[in-house]
Amino acid sequence: MDGTIKTYKEKSAGQRRVTEGSPVVKWILILICLVFLSTFLLLPLINVFAQAFAKGIGLYFKSLALPESLSAIKMTLIVAAISVPLNVLFGIAAAWSIAKFRFPGKTILLTFIDLPFSISPVVAGLMYVLLYGLQGHLGQWLDEHDIQIIFNLPGMVLVTIFVTFPFVARELIPIMQSVGVEQEHAALTLGASGWQTFWYVTLPSVKWGLLYGIILCNARAMGEFGAVSVVSGHITGRTDTMPLMVEKFYNDFNSVAAFSLSSLLALLALITLFIKTWLEWRQYRIERKA
Amino acid sequence: MFKRKNPLPGFGLSLGFTMMYLSVIVLLPLCVLVFKTFEMSWEEFWRWTINERAIASYKLTFGASFCAALLNSVFGILTAWVLVRHDFPGKRLIDALVDFPFALPTAVAGLTLAELFSANGWLGKMLEPMGIQGVYSPIGVVIALTFVGMPFVIRTLQPVIESLDLEIEEAALILGASRTRTFFSVILPMLLPTIITGFALAFARAIGEYGSIVFISGNIPYKTEIAPVLIVMRLEEYNYVGATAIALVLLVVSFLLLALINWLQSWSERFLE
Amino acid sequence: MSIELKKVTKYFGDFPAVYDVSFAVNEGELVALLGPSGSGKTTVLRLIAGLETPDRGEIYIRGKKVNNIPVQQRNIGFVFQSYALFKSMTVFENIAFGLKIKKWKKTEIEQRVKELFELLDLKGLEERFPHQLSGGQRQRVAIARALAPKPNVLLLDEPFGAVDAKIRQELREWLVHLHHDVNVTTIFVTHDQEEAMEVASRIVIFSKGCLEQIGTPRDVYENPVNEFVARFVGVMNVLELVVTNGVARIGELEFPPHGLIDGQKLRIGFRPYAVNVSSDPNRYRYKAILRHTYFLGIMLRLELELPSGIVIKARMSKEEYNSLGLQDGKEVSFEIKQYRILSKEGNQLSEEIPAV
Repeated sequence: MDGTIKTYKEKSAGQRRVTEGSPVVKWILILICLVFLSTFLLLPLINVFAQAFAKGIGLYFKSLALPESLSAIKMTLIVAAISVPLNVLFGIAAAWSIAKFRFPGKTILLTFIDLPFSISPVVAGLMYVLLYGLQGHLGQWLDEHDIQIIFNLPGMVLVTIFVTFPFVARELIPIMQSVGVEQEHAALTLGASGWQTFWYVTLPSVKWGLLYGIILCNARAMGEFGAVSVVSGHITGRTDTMPLMVEKFYNDFNSVAAFSLSSLLALLALITLFIKTWLEWRQYRIERKA
Repeated sequence: MFKRKNPLPGFGLSLGFTMMYLSVIVLLPLCVLVFKTFEMSWEEFWRWTINERAIASYKLTFGASFCAALLNSVFGILTAWVLVRHDFPGKRLIDALVDFPFALPTAVAGLTLAELFSANGWLGKMLEPMGIQGVYSPIGVVIALTFVGMPFVIRTLQPVIESLDLEIEEAALILGASRTRTFFSVILPMLLPTIITGFALAFARAIGEYGSIVFISGNIPYKTEIAPVLIVMRLEEYNYVGATAIALVLLVVSFLLLALINWLQSWSERFLE
Repeated sequence: MSIELKKVTKYFGDFPAVYDVSFAVNEGELVALLGPSGSGKTTVLRLIAGLETPDRGEIYIRGKKVNNIPVQQRNIGFVFQSYALFKSMTVFENIAFGLKIKKWKKTEIEQRVKELFELLDLKGLEERFPHQLSGGQRQRVAIARALAPKPNVLLLDEPFGAVDAKIRQELREWLVHLHHDVNVTTIFVTHDQEEAMEVASRIVIFSKGCLEQIGTPRDVYENPVNEFVARFVGVMNVLELVVTNGVARIGELEFPPHGLIDGQKLRIGFRPYAVNVSSDPNRYRYKAILRHTYFLGIMLRLELELPSGIVIKARMSKEEYNSLGLQDGKEVSFEIKQYRILSKEGNQLSEEIPAV
């Protein structure tokens, strides 16, 4: 399946490189590594599904069919459906301006784009509460005009955008930079307009990176807990997303429901991981060919 | 620096949108937090940042984050080394799984770890006879933080180990050094800047973590309450000043770490040249 | 007049990349922009294309001022040094791109692309992607893509830069033939004087952003306007002479003072073909050792070393060399048939002077 691994094997069958060390040490190291990773990665993953199905498959689906569960699933999908496309739009705009043009202050802009990754989700949520909450000037003004952001969907979307802010932009900027501007210039000399150039030339050249950014952004958007928890107000059936509902079920000692809902999120994580690995593998093969 | 007028269109539009979006989503909320801090007096600020409960939460947050990052560094070096240098069945699966903590929602991680390490969970059952309490204890916090920070050291180290020049090791072996000696006195020093970077990344991630800890720590004030949980507690008391004060402490530490990480990264790049 | 530049200047920051450049290219001509790297030749090409805008001066294409016409509407074909093929499109889609943008009918596009496939010998590659092509094929696709919308002018940036030396020669001839077949005004950039001499009908020579000379290959070779052109185009022996006792000299070599007085300096140059060599050490005025003979195919280059250490390059055919019975390491004699004054204490002059 993979060329490098094969050749590696052929070589090691014939003569071992001196730098490889003794096989005993090698297998001890592998063993320690496997024990550590299975304890901390594999077991928790298996446990999610084991606990979800602990009381039978019937109860599993019954738990998922609870009105709280269904509304939480719906909320999660809505929040992701709004925040991911907006961040995609932002990521493309930011990458276009940063990668294709020269202007002063680029480094500062890049630092700001990365900023949300280093801010605790709880602090992010707090910032939005301070900005739009009733105790602030803006919040009061919004309240007078019957607009509620905090403890409501708009606030949850906003914090989700905040925590997933850098994903797409970070993925696209280096790719667009490495592609350069010559293909775009060639399109211009052939008479293409700016939009045509973007649509036919730029977008196809970054599509896989864009997909990569989107799936990571989406996974985080659907799974965000801390920030959403702070601004949601935990109104069951209205502002509870799946992760928030998991906590509620857990606090209500409804373990099966908590794990059932979690199993869906774990599945999402596995799918994300699968697509991510596939994209990386694809990229690796292209690079080897070149 | 050349200042070229690029014939490509859309610079104004894209940069304008970028700046506007950035301002609304990131800068504006950040400014509000800073302004809120200026509204409070020093006395108020100290009251909420250095009271006993807050200090206990910092100790736990930073202490547990440090332990988790250290644990991740040790096992991260080992895992990255094994994944790059050795071949074994299922390696690709393991390699892909390393990113699992990035993809798994923290709430799910917290839930399943809490179950796993509880008195009747698979791992808790083994720990209890030894007198180790996996949940509702600082150990639980370390466990959760180890999980969420695991990919950082591995993922920063992997490409660096891959790019290591085998000839350097061969040279050390020719000069008579043992394998172990070669690793500790030749390879490890070369990896050190990267290890520190990975450590700092894992540490930075850990101090902001909330979702997974809520489930496993029990959130007992003075004992297992981390700083982000304390912020949420203050918010639930409608104590915005108290919440903001602690948030500012976290924010400042995060930014210092960010600066440190940036510096480390440029340092390790130069170091490896 | 197909293309005309009038006093065009372009700055990058404070640095004048192109300064006060004026020249004109006739309809159907094949012109080379020649100069060392950083001389501004590529910038001139990009200015004509509209990828850069001039700070001063005017650019005309077919009599129309294009300064304010965006690159899309100039109807030029541009072949980038790296070819800049669209990586996500097949060869067919690459070539059809410009036609699709110009909203040609589907059947017309197919017809035109088919024509180009034949003209550029690309048949069978329609469905390939750029990364599946060889360097030469990529170049042909890039040219086909540029030619497809029937441009007013074809611009090529270092067209032979990215291919290896072996197929370079073939490509030069091929470009001449292609130009003959499609007869579109063509301007190409090169830093290789040999390439420019061989392919172009006229050469524009640049140095440090300024136009140094424009003329036919023979013109610039035989009548360079200054030392830069003289040294850049072809091989030239350059000597700096000092007038002492009414004779301009360096080492053993002596020349008339050309009106200069003692102590003044004079630079002269002469082509290797202007040196007569004999195996008889007493035949000509100067004695030297034949240090080394370079075989350059039918022509040979000789390196003569005078007792004072000065090295002179000479050139002759293989037949002549054999009939003279020359041998490396032997003593020979030589004379300089004609030379050119390159500069005279600052003044630049360029008249060929027979020395014998």
